[in-house]
Amino acid sequence: MALRTPSSPHIHAGTSVTRVMLQVVAATLPGVLVYAWLFGPGPLVNIALAVSLALGLEAAMLALRGRPLRPFLTDGSVVVTGLLFALALPQLTPWWITALGIAFAVVVGKHLFGGLGHNPFNPAMVGYVMLLISFPREMSAWQPPQALAPHPFDLAETLRYVFTGALPAGLDALSGATPLDTVRTQLSLERALPEILQGPLFGQLAGAGWEWVNLAFLAGGLWLVARRIAAWQIPAGMLAALALLAAVFHLVDPDRYASPLFHLLSGATMLGAFFIATDPVTAATTPLGRLCFGVGVGVLTYVIRTWGGYPDGVAFAVLLMNLAAPLLDHYTRPRVYGHGRR
Amino acid sequence: MLKGQLIAKASGYVSVAVHASSSGRVVAVEEHPVPHPSGLSAPCVIIETDGRERWVPPPPPVDYTRTDPSHLRNLVREAGIVGLGGAGFPSFIKLNPGRGRQVETLILNGVECEPYITCDDALMRERPREILAGAHIMRHALQARECVVAVEDNKPGAYEAMREAAAKEGDVRVVLLPTRYPQGSEKQLIQVLTGKEVPSNGLPIDVGVVVHNVGTAYAVYRAIRWGEPLVSRVVTVTGGAVRRPRNLRVPLGTPVVHLLRECGADFDRIDRLIMGGPMMGIALHTWDVPVVKTTNCIIAATAEEMPPPEPPMPCIRCGACMDVCPVGLLPQQLYWYAQARDLERVQAYNLFDCIECGCCAYVCPSRIPLVQYYRFAKGAIWAQERERQKADLARRRHQARQERLEREKRERAERLRQKKAQAARAPQEAVRQALERAQARREEARRRAQEQARERAGLARERAGAPPPPPSSGDREG
Repeated sequence: MALRTPSSPHIHAGTSVTRVMLQVVAATLPGVLVYAWLFGPGPLVNIALAVSLALGLEAAMLALRGRPLRPFLTDGSVVVTGLLFALALPQLTPWWITALGIAFAVVVGKHLFGGLGHNPFNPAMVGYVMLLISFPREMSAWQPPQALAPHPFDLAETLRYVFTGALPAGLDALSGATPLDTVRTQLSLERALPEILQGPLFGQLAGAGWEWVNLAFLAGGLWLVARRIAAWQIPAGMLAALALLAAVFHLVDPDRYASPLFHLLSGATMLGAFFIATDPVTAATTPLGRLCFGVGVGVLTYVIRTWGGYPDGVAFAVLLMNLAAPLLDHYTRPRVYGHGRR
Repeated sequence: MLKGQLIAKASGYVSVAVHASSSGRVVAVEEHPVPHPSGLSAPCVIIETDGRERWVPPPPPVDYTRTDPSHLRNLVREAGIVGLGGAGFPSFIKLNPGRGRQVETLILNGVECEPYITCDDALMRERPREILAGAHIMRHALQARECVVAVEDNKPGAYEAMREAAAKEGDVRVVLLPTRYPQGSEKQLIQVLTGKEVPSNGLPIDVGVVVHNVGTAYAVYRAIRWGEPLVSRVVTVTGGAVRRPRNLRVPLGTPVVHLLRECGADFDRIDRLIMGGPMMGIALHTWDVPVVKTTNCIIAATAEEMPPPEPPMPCIRCGACMDVCPVGLLPQQLYWYAQARDLERVQAYNLFDCIECGCCAYVCPSRIPLVQYYRFAKGAIWAQERERQKADLARRRHQARQERLEREKRERAERLRQKKAQAARAPQEAVRQALERAQARREEARRRAQEQARERAGLARERAGAPPPPPSSGDREG
């Protein structure tokens, strides 16, 4: 008779890190599919490339650090990192850019800090921001939705461009701008916003195509919140802060400041609110801390978009708030049973 | 040895007596394995039963309504009654509100603390009136204003039985609560029922509430009305390896292996043997242990039912633990500081408010045995505290000795100084005294001369018929 005598509790809910990560991946599916549907196969190629490289790099780093491969390769965390990183890239990105970025994300952003659970900054955003600063030209080659593109890329053309840099016959160069980009440049040319929004790149609610991508990420994100995988306070805080700031400035001067709806459905807003800012490892963890964290991301996103040097600010906003997370946790400890109200 | 005969007296305040649970012969008083997480042994009285269940003659029944609360408490203490919910705290202490304290609410806990356990459910269904009778005795002892029985809604039979019994008596409220772990925990139950929070480091009585388990109420009734000490209790025997799971009224001291056999356990399939529930129960090292007063449940679990713990992954700070903590702690921070052995910080994050309910570890996706870390940290802090007290005592002793030595030295020095001063002062004093003496002698001589002169004058007057002057007292010092 050899009875097992572990410490209580003796039962478990059955959750695991792998399951958490797989649900995050599943929740991105609506967004990814709508994105690929409207913008062509580019995002899918980016994802495949980034995720497979991320897995390889993870394995290499684990081996170098003398950690067991199996539990950490199957925990799904690096898949999520690769996926979110890939979704931040322009649709047509040369392979070496993707490789450099994901290498920076996994090696520097994650493993140099101690691997899963120990990184202070969101690894996907670390990789993305490094690229954004180092390769501004490649990182701003955003394509319009295929319906509006002069030459919609098919899968073969996408692969050829990504791996060889060869453009399809008839195209000399890639150039592009996101709706956020366009608003920014046109505003600097002293044009009024209502006039700018008449342009071909804009749809019913915000940027053409982007509005649907954002709505799809919102749907997946809400599911993630309902599953309690993502803390509701973070997206709620971020979206509310972004919308409120946008509303105030929009009311003051609608010619210069875009509407709240435009901000909510443009760029990486929904992806950032539900999938990037909610990365538990790097966000604040107390209920109030999470709300403050979300509000901070929202405010910084608006500030960077409106007055900063980049058309979208989600990545920088998240990284800056990552920096503040420990402080937020420290000052927002919840009241404990029997301890009286503070 | 008769059934109900005292076999172990209470020693110290927080303890109660133990009684023989059957009649027979004491064959040994020796160390024997007991149900404890350490798997260690403790002194046990081993009785070979004769199967005749001969009781000690019962004492005369007590009319509790005419009995002083303090006497009732004594009777409960002598009957060896402890909380039968699982914690096993002596009940007589919880029947003592303390001087000048008013008990608003007496709560009878019929919530049943954990899954698997159904002993209170069975008791409430079968003995509702006796439980309420016990409640009345407790209420009298506490002089409580109201009495509430709390039952969770997964026990409709027990709720109905209690409600029916209470309807006949009136004056007792039976409340149905939604089933939610760990509502059976005292502090959580008080919060749910009254909205009050027991202060940290405080007792329920601080908010005018006392909580007793329904099984305890039943035991109190048996003790006061029938003079029966606590010699048996209801035990749930269950688990995947048990073919006929059931609730049994079990004499205390019955070997667990006997219960397992009785319920058709498949011994080969038992992987974990738990005393208590799956959330807070302790895993037994052997089935050769006795049923004790706190044995509410025995779970003979198979490996499929309770698989071995998986290797933990790093914490991903998801906060699932925080969302489920009934106390409002930050389990992941506690884990972090416990792991880092930062005993100060872990206390600043209110480690000692943790009730070890296990919710955090239950939901942790990284499978971190969080509760184990908290127990470790508590143990380390207690050890540190003991060390500090020991060190404190040693330091105080050392200080006292130092002070004594210092004082003795000072006193010696003082005495020496005085002696020296005296010796130094001595010659001058002699001179002064000699001068004084000389002075005195001169005075004396002068006075004598005057006296003689007066005498001569007196003699002359005597001759003329005058009385003699009084004799003078010459003060001469030695």
